[in-house]
Formats: sequence, C-alpha cells, structure tokens
Amino acid sequence: MEKLINDFSVGLFFWQTLLFLALLFLLRKYAWKPIMEAVDSREKNIEDSLASAEKARAEMERLQSDNQRILAEARAERDGILKEAREIKEKMISEAKAEASEQASKVIASAKEQINNEKMAAITDLRNQVAEMSIEIAEMVLKRELSDKDKQGAFVKEQLANFKMN
Amino acid sequence: MMTKRFGFLVLMFSFLMSTSMLASDSHSESGELSIKEQIKKDIDHHLKDSHSFHLWGDHDKGTAVGFPLPIILWDGQLHFFSSSEFHHHDNGVVESKGTFFKEYHSKIYITDTEGNINYGEDHFVSNEKPIDFSITKNVFSLILISSLIFWIFSTVAKRYKNDPVPRGMAKIFEPLVIFVRDEIAIPNIGEKHYKKYMNYLLTVFFFIWMVNLFGQTPLGINITGNIAITFALALITFLITTFTANKNYWGHIFWMPGVPYLMRVVLAPIEVLGMFIKPFALLIRLYANISAGHVVIMSIIGLLFVFQNWFARGAFLGLGLFLSVIELLVAFLQAYIFTMLSALYFGSAVEEHHHDDH
Repeated sequence: MEKLINDFSVGLFFWQTLLFLALLFLLRKYAWKPIMEAVDSREKNIEDSLASAEKARAEMERLQSDNQRILAEARAERDGILKEAREIKEKMISEAKAEASEQASKVIASAKEQINNEKMAAITDLRNQVAEMSIEIAEMVLKRELSDKDKQGAFVKEQLANFKMN
Repeated sequence: MMTKRFGFLVLMFSFLMSTSMLASDSHSESGELSIKEQIKKDIDHHLKDSHSFHLWGDHDKGTAVGFPLPIILWDGQLHFFSSSEFHHHDNGVVESKGTFFKEYHSKIYITDTEGNINYGEDHFVSNEKPIDFSITKNVFSLILISSLIFWIFSTVAKRYKNDPVPRGMAKIFEPLVIFVRDEIAIPNIGEKHYKKYMNYLLTVFFFIWMVNLFGQTPLGINITGNIAITFALALITFLITTFTANKNYWGHIFWMPGVPYLMRVVLAPIEVLGMFIKPFALLIRLYANISAGHVVIMSIIGLLFVFQNWFARGAFLGLGLFLSVIELLVAFLQAYIFTMLSALYFGSAVEEHHHDDH
C-alpha cells in the first residue's frame, strides 16, 4: 500500500484527467453524438419500415379478401341473374304455350260454332225449299187430280183413309 | 480471415521479440548484474513510467535506441527541459533556474550539485521532489492513443453523414458501440436514463480497451497498470455517480428503507463507506489485472533467457504466446468490467423508487 502511494504520480494523474476529459468532450461532439443519432435513426427507420411493411401486408390481405368477397358476390349475382333469366324464359314459354293453346281452342270452338250455324242454316234452308217444292208438287198434283169430281172424291177418301191409318 | 490470423501472429511474435530485447537491455550502471537480477530490474523498470521513450537496445554493448521527452517540473517555479539533458553530465544532474535535478529510479529528485541521493530511516529516498508534470512515456502514449481513438471515431461518425449503412471502419466499430449500449448501458441503467451516460461509458470503454491493447504491442508501454491512471478514471466514475444521483440513492445510503430504525443508523456509515469502496475496487481491479498480466508475460519471456535448454525455451515461448492471447482477452474483459461496473453504479444512482410496499 505504501509502495502504491509512493508510486502515485501526480503528473500522470493530471495529464490523464486532462486528456481523458478532453477526449470525452471531443468524442461527445464529433463522434458519439453523430454515431448514436445515426444508429438510432436507422433503427427507428428499420422499425418503421417493418411496421409499414406489416401494415401493407395486412392491407394486401384485406384487399385480397375483399376481392375474393367481391368476386364471390359477383358470381352469386351472375348465378342469380342466370337463374332468373332461365325462370323468365321458362315462364314466357309456358305462358306463350298456354296462350297459344287457349287461342287455338278458342279458334276451334268458334269455327265449330260457325260450322254448326252454317250447317243449321243450310238444313233450315233445305227444309224450307223441300217444303216449298213439296207444296208446289202437291199443288200441281192436286190441280191435275182434282180436275174431275170422281177423282176428287177418290182422293179425299184415300186421304181420309190415310188419316185413319195414322 | 487467413490474412487476419497471420497478421495477428506476426503481432504476437513481434511482441515477444521486442520484449525479449527489453529483457536483454541494460543501462550498464552496475555492469555485473546476473541475468535474473537483470530481468527483475527490467520488469520493475517496465512497470514504472519513464521520462524518455525507449524502443530497443543492447545490454552488452550498452546501446539504447529511443527518443527523449520534455520534462516539466514545478517547485514554486516552472522548469522545462529535455530528458536527454540527464545524460549530458556523468552524475546525471540537470541544473535549471538554480535548482539541481536528478532522475533516480524513474523519479526526479531535487539534489545538490553532485546529485547525491539520501535515504531516510524508512529506506525511502529523503530528497525533496518537485511536482512532475513531465510528458513522460505514458503521457506521450496517452496523447497518441487518445488522438488515435478520436481519429477512429470521428472518421466513423463522418461515415454516417451521407450513408446510413455502416461501411469500412463503421462496420468494425458499430457493433462495439451497440454492444456498450445494449449489453452494458441499457441493462444496468435502464431505458429511461441511459442516454446521458453513453458518452462517458463509450469513451471509457474504448479508452481502456485501446490503452490495454497498446500495452500488448512491442512498444512496451504499461498505462493502465499505473495507479494514477486508474485512479483518475475511477474518480470520474465516482464524481458522475455522486453528482447525478437522485433522492432515492441518497435515501438508500443514509436512511435505508425497509429495515428497522436501529439498523438504519448502523447501515448508514457502512453505506457511506461503500460509496468510496466501489470506485476504489474499480481502480485496484484494473491496475492489478493489467500489472499482473505484464509481470507474468515479462517473467515468462525472462525465463527464455534464464534457461539455456532449447526444449525449455520452446515451452516458454509457447506459454508466452498462450498468455499473450489470454492478455488480449483480459484487455477487452477489463475494459468491459470497468464500463459495466460504472454503468451499474450509475444505474443505482438513478434508480427509481421501488419500496412503496415496505
């Protein structure tokens, strides 16, 4: 211990303190401050970059899922539209079919009625003509037959017999 | 990778070579020293500071290559001269402004004209000593290493100006800066307060590490193995701790919460003592570790010269190489421990109040 104290050099202590403090202040200004600032700002930069990259990734994921959702929606909409169109088509066809058949049966019915009417008219007409012709024939026959009295009496008798038979 | 390893080995070998030269160095004052005494003397000499920068030399021829350093003394007036003047006269006395100075065992004493050194009853030199502000070998190295550290980190800082990506030197030193922040400062001080201590922690970490590493180079300097250096560093840690401490810290020292009142009275002086013991442990730990490392490595290298057997020399060379690698680890470890414990003390100084439950 005594030797240590004896070896202690005041001059060396003085110079060491002076030089070390000078070094400390010089380094603080010209080295540590810029170095630490550069390191800190770079670390901050890296952290920020990582964070923003992470954010971008999340955003991408969100967009992707959005896209998928939109795509799925569009597909569903397309399917819906197609289905609707098919339904409409089928409905239209069936409606047209129904209408057509209705129309046809209407036409047929009116045709049948017309035919019937025509037929009835023709029958009536024919009947009337036949009746007229019969009467005319009967008139002509009667005119000729009843020109003499005998024949008139015979005819009446015949007719009366006819009635009786009826 | 391979070139790096090779460079490292070259460094280690040159270290071994150079320190072996140191071991064979002699000022040939007494001439007849045995090799063991010579090694002991050289180790002692190496551990102490020196007034000139010795690079290499030869014991037998008595040559030494190095350069002198300025001597600055204060004994009521300022004395300024080169350390080479100690060698101008045979008795090693330098006269400046009417006072005579002599260097003796790496220390400068005021002597008479003949340069007589007197011993007191306690076997210490009784000559008066001026206050020695000389630019010694350690101070000179400190200036060089501090400049180097400043150059390195200001260059690193400039790198970031235009380019946020660490390249070149920034690539090497940024992980260490982040290590100090994430492994030392934040865990010990906490997210909230660590920023204001970062300047000191980074400076002290790189300072101790670099200085320790330079202690491993062939320059043969031993800076952190000086108690004055570690004392200065620990003192700054102590002052920062004391002056940034919050109410909670002082509360824990003088009026420990959560213990009976009588215990608080007993604990207060212990805690006050602890305030000083903590930084004292810091300074002793760093000083002792680095000094011990230098002593061990120099002793092993000294043994290379004691043993004449080639097998033993090979073994000691290997051991020296191994211990040098260990010392490289210690250089980093001591810087880490000093910084980590400083951070721990700062952390206790700014710790928030946690004892509401008591």
